[in-house]
Amino acid sequence: MAEAHPVGFQWVMEAKRKGAKVFHVDPRFTRTSAVADSYLPIRAGTDIALLGGVVRYILDNELDFREYVLSYTNAATIVSEDFSDTEDGDGFFSGFDPETGTYVQDSWQYEGNEGSSGSGHTAKERDSASGLEHESHGAQVDGDTPRDETLQHPRCVYQILKRHFSRYTPEMVERVCGIPQDKFLELAEAWTRNSGRERTGMLIYSVGWTQHSVGVQYIRTGAIIQLLLGNMGRPGGGVMALRGHASIQGSTDIPTLFNLLPGYLPMPHHADHPTFDEWVDSIRHPGQKGFWGNAGSFAASLLKAYWGDAATPENDFCYGYLPRMTGDHGTYQQVLNMIDGKIKGYFLLGQNPAVGSAHGRAQRLGMANLDWLVVRDLFEIESATFWKNGPEVATGEIVPEECRTEVFFLPAASHVEKEGTFTQTQRLLQWREKAVEPPGDARSELWFFYHLGRRLREKLADSKLPRDRALLDLTWDYPTHGPRAEPSAESVLREINGYDVATGRPLSSFAEARADGSTAIGCWIYTGVYADGVNQAARRKSRHEQDWVAAEWGWAWPANRRILYNRASADPDGNPWSERKRYIWWDAEKGEWTGHDVPDFEKTKPPSYRPPPGASGTEGIAGDDPFIMQGDGKGWLYAPSGVLDGPLPTHYEPVESPVRNPLYGQQANPTRKMYAHPVNSVNPSPPEGHSQVFPYVFTVSRLTEHHTAGGMSRTVSPLAELQPEMFVEVSPELAVERGLAHLGWAHLVSGRAVIEARVLVTDRLTPLRIEGRLIHQVWLPYHFGFEGLVTGDSANDLFGISLDPNVLIQESKVGTCDVRPGRRPTGPALLDLVADYQRRAGIGPGHNAPAVTTDSEGRERSDS
Amino acid sequence: MGLRTFIEGWPVYRQLTGTDPLGRGAAAQSARSAGLTARTEDADSVARSVCPYCAVGCGQRVFVRDGQVSQIEGDPDSPISRGRLCPKGSASKSLVTSPLRQTKVRYRRPYSTQWEDLDLDTALDMIADRMLAAREQTWEDVDTQGRPLNRTLGFSSLGGATLDNEENYLIKKLFTAMGALQIENQARI
Repeated sequence: MAEAHPVGFQWVMEAKRKGAKVFHVDPRFTRTSAVADSYLPIRAGTDIALLGGVVRYILDNELDFREYVLSYTNAATIVSEDFSDTEDGDGFFSGFDPETGTYVQDSWQYEGNEGSSGSGHTAKERDSASGLEHESHGAQVDGDTPRDETLQHPRCVYQILKRHFSRYTPEMVERVCGIPQDKFLELAEAWTRNSGRERTGMLIYSVGWTQHSVGVQYIRTGAIIQLLLGNMGRPGGGVMALRGHASIQGSTDIPTLFNLLPGYLPMPHHADHPTFDEWVDSIRHPGQKGFWGNAGSFAASLLKAYWGDAATPENDFCYGYLPRMTGDHGTYQQVLNMIDGKIKGYFLLGQNPAVGSAHGRAQRLGMANLDWLVVRDLFEIESATFWKNGPEVATGEIVPEECRTEVFFLPAASHVEKEGTFTQTQRLLQWREKAVEPPGDARSELWFFYHLGRRLREKLADSKLPRDRALLDLTWDYPTHGPRAEPSAESVLREINGYDVATGRPLSSFAEARADGSTAIGCWIYTGVYADGVNQAARRKSRHEQDWVAAEWGWAWPANRRILYNRASADPDGNPWSERKRYIWWDAEKGEWTGHDVPDFEKTKPPSYRPPPGASGTEGIAGDDPFIMQGDGKGWLYAPSGVLDGPLPTHYEPVESPVRNPLYGQQANPTRKMYAHPVNSVNPSPPEGHSQVFPYVFTVSRLTEHHTAGGMSRTVSPLAELQPEMFVEVSPELAVERGLAHLGWAHLVSGRAVIEARVLVTDRLTPLRIEGRLIHQVWLPYHFGFEGLVTGDSANDLFGISLDPNVLIQESKVGTCDVRPGRRPTGPALLDLVADYQRRAGIGPGHNAPAVTTDSEGRERSDS
Repeated sequence: MGLRTFIEGWPVYRQLTGTDPLGRGAAAQSARSAGLTARTEDADSVARSVCPYCAVGCGQRVFVRDGQVSQIEGDPDSPISRGRLCPKGSASKSLVTSPLRQTKVRYRRPYSTQWEDLDLDTALDMIADRMLAAREQTWEDVDTQGRPLNRTLGFSSLGGATLDNEENYLIKKLFTAMGALQIENQARI
């Protein structure tokens, strides 16, 4: 955090000054480790084993915050007797379908709900990354569930959790992660001791956590700990994601993502959502508790914002205009389709996949096989010049005279040359004022897409084709200003906020959304950002003139709440858990919730409220159910649906690992998304043979002085000067083993690529003893490429493509490689070296490890 | 120069007689540095902005003089950053004023070995034509069972995490209305 989010880290230091104990877990000793109270080196890809160890420590010692856990989580809920755990299945839960490599989730459900809830077979969910829909709400579950308040029932969540993690002992943590037992116990003791009525503990992760084949389950494990310790919805608690781009949260909320529409509404699927009603019911789940009961209003209001007068209740608000998913349309599938000649055109908008995405060679080969490519950026990034300067030109794989891709480079406006909002990592929207005009041909994306849309509509104006109606009926009449006809960002923000169709009055809250076409809302979770016709995101009341919550600086979704689910900061009766942690509480005299923040609860619903039998939607949420977006109002220790690779996190080895899974016969996540494309050869891992060809673990992360793929930092002279060269950090032990000289050269080989880097021999990396073997890890920054003021080989070239099944994010924080002294070969000899490694490793084109490794055949192979 | 002025111009005299006995402040200041003013003081305007790098959302103040960005500093009012910027945020002025910034449209025709110039308006028109052609060639009305698909998989887009919400909104809205599904950004990566 000190490296990649230094200014955010000042708050960790403030907490430390006030007595908080700071633990840092990382494969590499960093600036964060240097100021932490305790540093725990970990083998990359084993975080579930570590955190699972903490869960076991809490449960075995009964250190959970029992009153919180009983009232606010599903610990007492009883699970179907059809469920069987990974402990009984050698790494598999019940319901695995080896044909598709996915689970049927019926047996995971709560008792009595096996047939009525759950998403059934999950192959389609994986391809549409449906886990992302749950960013703002929980998955489907029926409201009325059997419970055992004594937590003694053998099938209640509490007992299942206890059994599931029973073997995640301190000894096992040491065996899997390489963390000494005393270091682990110090962490577990401090975390639990610092949680409860009087104190809260916080878990912070950077989004490298998501870049694993089990990334979602990493975060689930953290959430389980924080729920058990009562650290959710309370000040100083939570699971804090440190996202890495200025508005990556905003681009998820208002998604430039294939599977979502604004506000986490799913993009329709051709088979599941043939009609508007079926689409809406799949979101609101009739009969379910919680605020998603209003999904029909949000959906109708979005379509009304898109298609205006053309959208009526009679025509289902033009639902028929929406495109339909049939499967995986994600960025990695796209790149493979480009290589196969299935995609003609590609827009790159401030993104540089030639350096920033996994498997850089596949990215560049894909772009070299397009009809046309549009790159909009501040600089001529690698993704704009691969056809003349890329490494494949040097190897002869791309010949400029034979590369047909037509490339348009359009200069973009910088952040000071346009106005608009970023949504930062805590869901806070901040409006930026425009300082100067963009230079030359540079334009904002707002300008580009508004005028592109205008032109497309003009070209089709006379069309009678049904498919063009969606474009011609689109509301696309934003006011413009200035000599360049810049569209008004504020008018777009107003549409995002939503308005009353009849009067044009901006809405104040998403509670005003209607399903009858009388409201239009571009992104319902942002409703309120333009309340009263005022740009709330532009608020800049100084921190010196308001309290520590600073509610008048910018605007946070939803409804300007700064801490989500903050009803949990009060006890079931509505009183603060303690004076020290007072945040939101029930004022019995006034009959309303009050406190330092906007209550994340119906303002006048008393703690004593109990829903009438059969109640659904918001009416079904009891006065002591803080998790109001969840189908049962509870925080989920156990997820009966919505998470595709299991209701509980399980340690699987990374897809590429030198180690056999010490916990289960199943080696890696059996539900991961695999691509058996010829370009995508995955290095072997046990129980497959030849894993020793790639004996070392490598991981990548950021430098303080560079940003992502380098497009905004290797082009900037002070930053380029501070970190001028690609390098690899190796331990002194590995340097001896491989004959690497400090400040000399090394090259690293995987089944995809070979890259070179300067050697930094440092004890910031330490060999770990795993299963009686010494495992070496090396670390690389991933910022370098072949353009800019400073250049170097790209670390992401080393990675293959294997994805988390829930969100289709690639495993690009851990892989295996070989490390050799000296510079890499150049030209065709480079390809020969990779081919030689592939031959020695027995991996042909498109090799993937078997999804299932618990069969006897697999075990025999492990001995080879 | 009179003798008195000469003596008072001597730092050790000021250190001994003035309010700065340790000689680390006013006593050590030369006439030249006393006459200097910060670039921020003579700015024509100041824009309240936000750092474009990571997602912490540090407040920035963008100082403008003669239509050019003259300085970018941390916003001391921000409850997030309290005026601080990291090395990248502090280099924001170098980012937006970098001589490496490309400010002209560049065009590479198929099989060419070099860039050419192209007018922005022409580029926009050519791109629009190519989108419509790709859409036409790859349009899918229905699936094999006659269920609506209403889409093109003929082109795709990557990017958005560095852009404004308003921009992402227009991108998603336009592509969706064209039936273009394959929109992605860094949140997938």
